[in-house]
Amino acid sequence: MPARITLPTLSVISVALMAAAVTMIFFVAPEDADQGISQKIFYFHVPIALTAYVLFGLGAWKALRVLWTRGERYDLESYTAIHQGTIFGALTLITGAIWAKASWGVWWTWSSNQLVLFLVLFLFYCAYFMLRFSVEAGPRRERISAVYALFGVALIPVSFLAIRLASDFIHPTVFTREGPQMTGTMFGAFCVAWAAIVVLALVMYSVELAGKRTDAHLRELREALGR
Amino acid sequence: MSGYVGDVVALARKDLLLELRARDTLPAMLLFVVSTLVVFHFALPQGAGDDAAYGLLWVALVFTALLGLARAWVPEREHAALDGLVLATGDRSAIWLAKTVAALAFLGAAEVVALPAFAVLFAPLDAAAVLGVVLASVGICVVGTLASAMAAAGRGREVILPLLVLPLSIPLVVGGVGASVSSEPRTYVAFLCLYDAVFAILSWASFEYVVTE
Amino acid sequence: MSAGEKYVAAAYGVVFLFVLVWVAIIAAKLARLERETGELAELARGRRHDG
Repeated sequence: MPARITLPTLSVISVALMAAAVTMIFFVAPEDADQGISQKIFYFHVPIALTAYVLFGLGAWKALRVLWTRGERYDLESYTAIHQGTIFGALTLITGAIWAKASWGVWWTWSSNQLVLFLVLFLFYCAYFMLRFSVEAGPRRERISAVYALFGVALIPVSFLAIRLASDFIHPTVFTREGPQMTGTMFGAFCVAWAAIVVLALVMYSVELAGKRTDAHLRELREALGR
Repeated sequence: MSGYVGDVVALARKDLLLELRARDTLPAMLLFVVSTLVVFHFALPQGAGDDAAYGLLWVALVFTALLGLARAWVPEREHAALDGLVLATGDRSAIWLAKTVAALAFLGAAEVVALPAFAVLFAPLDAAAVLGVVLASVGICVVGTLASAMAAAGRGREVILPLLVLPLSIPLVVGGVGASVSSEPRTYVAFLCLYDAVFAILSWASFEYVVTE
Repeated sequence: MSAGEKYVAAAYGVVFLFVLVWVAIIAAKLARLERETGELAELARGRRHDG
């Protein structure tokens, strides 16, 4: 975590950005000519998806540090990042399903490559937790979790490619989601929304990490006090 | 380098000899894959077409591979031999490579039966489809041996292993099915090669961290 | 509200709900941490009186 910006400051920034994003999305950005109001889901759905990638990447980066330095600290960070990433992944799936319903009339479509990719990743990272909780805590678990997290970042591009290839023989027709080019204010709203979601993710990550560290410290204290 | 190759050959030979003596993995895989194909005959509706059958072949292969991989580290675990092996072997990745070779040999043997059986019972297979099966088998053994070692470290390994391997095998199924049904299988074969290369390097490099204490 | 507006509201509502549930989980965790630190403080206080 950046040491210069404290968590309270970060939370304030998050609230301000979120307020700005909602204002931009609903009051500044024009309604999409093609999709109408339901295009507004895009401003949250896509940034949440991108943020999930960022979090999975962060988790893998910390995992690499675990393998390099064997630190319990990085293990907790990697685990928290992947936990947050999975939450954002679930949100991507749900908002994506709502968007699919709003624009195509179905709750799920296999022709949306992004959604299918998130389903695969969601399953993959859910298995991360199953694996982690089945192994006893210790250096072995840290390293196994780290290796699995690294497999995750390799799986993202490979699956992306696979799903692109699969859509050639499963669904020859491809929907385009973005539609026509975004106008200036639409793009502005998108950027602000993305910044807001990233900062929100950072805040949630830091809070959860602080909780997990406190937990670990408490365990140490209890052992030191002989209980 | 000859030491490394020697380690791999010796370890893989040990696994194959053990299997020849005990015969507790390969017969199960053979019976499983043929039974699955028979079940699929009844699961497919009439006139479902060859493409659906190719899809089911891949389900059968993935699950057969899982059956074999679940037993991959059983000999070491039963005799608590893995820790000794890890200490005795200079380069730990040799253990992974040997286990992958052995797993691939079992899966290959199962496929030698499964593919002709599929061709007779369902639909013919062309060279591209067979190549797809070979490449995907390499991929699933590469990833599966490592995942099996991970799962073996914890409780409930039989339950965990499919959860780890299935999401990782989705790209392989895409490549394999594409190689069997597409009119231009070259892209899919190339994709399978890419998958094998990426995950082989990753597994080879990371195996050491999974088994050392 | 039109159907499209309802879906937009639902999508944003779900995000809001997720964050709320997360806050609730963190709150539960904080309560547990508070209880545990309280127990430890009690223990430490007892030690000081004994020794």
